[in-house]
Amino acid sequence: MKAWVFGDNLDTDVIAPGRYMKFGIEEIAKHCLESVSPAFSHEVKPGDIVVGGRNFGAGSSREQAPEALKHLGVAVLIAESFAGLFYRNAINLGLPALLCAGAKRIRDGDELEVELERGKVKNRTTGETLDCEPVPAFLMTLIRDGGLLPHLEKKLARKA
Amino acid sequence: MSQTLAQKLVARAAGRESVTPGEIVTCKVDLAMVHDSSGPRRLKPMLERLGAKVWDPSKVVVITDHYLPEYDDESRKILRIAREWVREAGVDNFYDAQGICHVVLPERGHLRPGMFAVGGDSHSPTGGAFAAYMFGIGATEMLGVMVTGEIWLKVPHTIALDFDGRLAPGVAAKDIMLFLIGRFGMDGGQYQAVEYHGPAIRALSMQERMTLCNMTAELGGQTGLVASDEVTRQYLKRDIEIWDSEPSAPVLAHHRFNATELAPQVAAPHSPANTRPVTEFREQLDLAYIGACTGAKLDDLRMAAKVLKGRKAKTRLLVAPASLRDQQSAEREGTLGILLDAGAELLANSCGMCAGFGPNLLAANTVTISTTARNFKGRMGDPAAQVYLASPYTVAASAVAGRITDPRELLA
Repeated sequence: MKAWVFGDNLDTDVIAPGRYMKFGIEEIAKHCLESVSPAFSHEVKPGDIVVGGRNFGAGSSREQAPEALKHLGVAVLIAESFAGLFYRNAINLGLPALLCAGAKRIRDGDELEVELERGKVKNRTTGETLDCEPVPAFLMTLIRDGGLLPHLEKKLARKA
Repeated sequence: MSQTLAQKLVARAAGRESVTPGEIVTCKVDLAMVHDSSGPRRLKPMLERLGAKVWDPSKVVVITDHYLPEYDDESRKILRIAREWVREAGVDNFYDAQGICHVVLPERGHLRPGMFAVGGDSHSPTGGAFAAYMFGIGATEMLGVMVTGEIWLKVPHTIALDFDGRLAPGVAAKDIMLFLIGRFGMDGGQYQAVEYHGPAIRALSMQERMTLCNMTAELGGQTGLVASDEVTRQYLKRDIEIWDSEPSAPVLAHHRFNATELAPQVAAPHSPANTRPVTEFREQLDLAYIGACTGAKLDDLRMAAKVLKGRKAKTRLLVAPASLRDQQSAEREGTLGILLDAGAELLANSCGMCAGFGPNLLAANTVTISTTARNFKGRMGDPAAQVYLASPYTVAASAVAGRITDPRELLA
């Protein structure tokens, strides 16, 4: 799947601009990343991968940031490091986020294949395989359930 | 093994004697704060989907601050949901249009040293100024807290930042933070606990300590912490427990600075890490903004007034006091009068322009100096707007001169 590559400190105001936050996710997603990549929200395809450098998702607690990416069909986030709050939000929404020391070797437009559970990213454009830190097992459970909300739904149903 | 303040607070919430950095623990939440944007409008539909109720409404605080004053159908709807939901959910701790959540929460006595708290906003580390472990979470994670009363945490390491000496006149907590973010970067905090120590920190008022912990968000820490002491006691006007690190507790990093030597700092567009001393800037300005939880509390307004007393702003100056109470205190003591005499226009006690949620947005190419926390591209309006971050002293001095100015020139 195609990689969309951004730099360090990609912030939540750029991913989900405040002036659209009063709207639903449909509208927010239309403006996702528009100030740094006007084509992104129109051209991103389901299954595509967004790659950042250091501190991906810096800034706000607004989960509409990862939610907008997910809404547009983004399947995985890869970065050298994530802002902690954004990382928790992404996982809670069922959007996998992979920590990958070699994230900066990925070029915009590269074709990637991700093995989530093993933490491997195969770059089909360059032939290189990048080792990532797999998502911790207890968080992988949330991702498999589709996020914290469906996970809680399952848990509460089991109790009832 | 001796424990840091962060470890002690997490251990208490996890029901343990001690905890080790890096281990995953489940903590009981003493307080959950949400605002109108990330709170009821997002929580209500999810709670309904689960058919679940709030675990303990007495531990929930709802504060409206983002979409105030209401200015269109969307903002009116968001506020209406908040007002209706607190009644449905039985939440009595509801502060409507009283100011910005991070300022109102301690002002109304909800925070005490030793607590473990979460907030539905990234600036929630502000609560760490009260030696409470407080951090920001997103709405879905807040739903988890609302339903279970618990949250998981990777026990943080502590980064200890020590400040000797005293801040010089015209230099403030905001300058400390801009300096640190410039020095260590927006991920310098590594999502660990950042603890502020030393005589220069002890000498800070509670609201200045809140500014430190608040902008620990921009430093990339999970929370910022200051040990409780007499200053905490006097602010809270009640008996408190003293919570502090044990001096021998191992930390991830320890940095020591001399506060006396720190000059006022300015962060240039578009990052709070893009910081240099004020003396390196001379930009002409279109607007000066004194607002936000990090830049318009009573102490911040007092700093601005010190500079503005008997002077007129050459640049358009907007002031949005961070809370209604702080505004009323500023009015009573004459601080607000000084700002208004200088030509300041008064805006509502809300997040206002800081997050770009309200009706006032910066136009393209507008050059603004602001006491807020973030100057990300497009945050306060048009992506081509240029926002410089600085302390209330520096913003006030720059408003007087019409260009970015060292406040020490005017305070001398």
